[in-house]
Amino acid sequence: MKIQLLFFGIATDLVGENSIFYELKSDETVLALKKDLLLKYPKLKNIEEFAIAVNEEYAEDNLVLKENDVVAIIPPVSGG
Amino acid sequence: MKNTAVLITSEKLKVQDCYDFVQDASCGGIALFVGTVRNSTKNKEVTLLDFSAYEPMALKEMQKIADLALTKFQIHKIAIHHAVGELQIGDIPVIIAVSSAHRKAAFEACEFAIDTLKETVPIWKKEHFEDGEVWVNSHP
Repeated sequence: MKIQLLFFGIATDLVGENSIFYELKSDETVLALKKDLLLKYPKLKNIEEFAIAVNEEYAEDNLVLKENDVVAIIPPVSGG
Repeated sequence: MKNTAVLITSEKLKVQDCYDFVQDASCGGIALFVGTVRNSTKNKEVTLLDFSAYEPMALKEMQKIADLALTKFQIHKIAIHHAVGELQIGDIPVIIAVSSAHRKAAFEACEFAIDTLKETVPIWKKEHFEDGEVWVNSHP
């Protein structure tokens, strides 16, 4: 199934993309996707940690992703 | 009547807009937090800050903070405005304004809002120096 990945902040610079479509297995969890992403983009290890948002809401590791989800890689925020 | 105002803009933030939104005859005070761009970080001179946001989600998170502040504290209204784009030294990246019948609630809600914003709202700043640039908070 296909999802959309969005990258922000330092993640954009590390990956070299703002937005890509990404193919993954059905019933994959957020945690599994995080592991996949670290393999595909080893430079993401340069960030201490990153959160995942699914369809504009922070997502727990055990959330199961669905076709056409919009998944954002959220490095540590620094607004204000 | 809407008691919250959240905004993300690439325009210059206006303290007066936030003040005017929360001002009300029923209130005995208004607490304002105005963030400003500092000229140095860890003794290093900053030339400018560049803010970027995941805007639709950032607005949702800012709205959650405003709604939570209204339930958590005895306040009347709250405005949370944040700027994006390049900001110079002294410019204003964020304004929180809170009005309440009694001052303590306004102070507490204002502090709660800025502290929570810095933890949860997907906005990032890149600090620019004479000799390079760095994403704030992104490295161990």
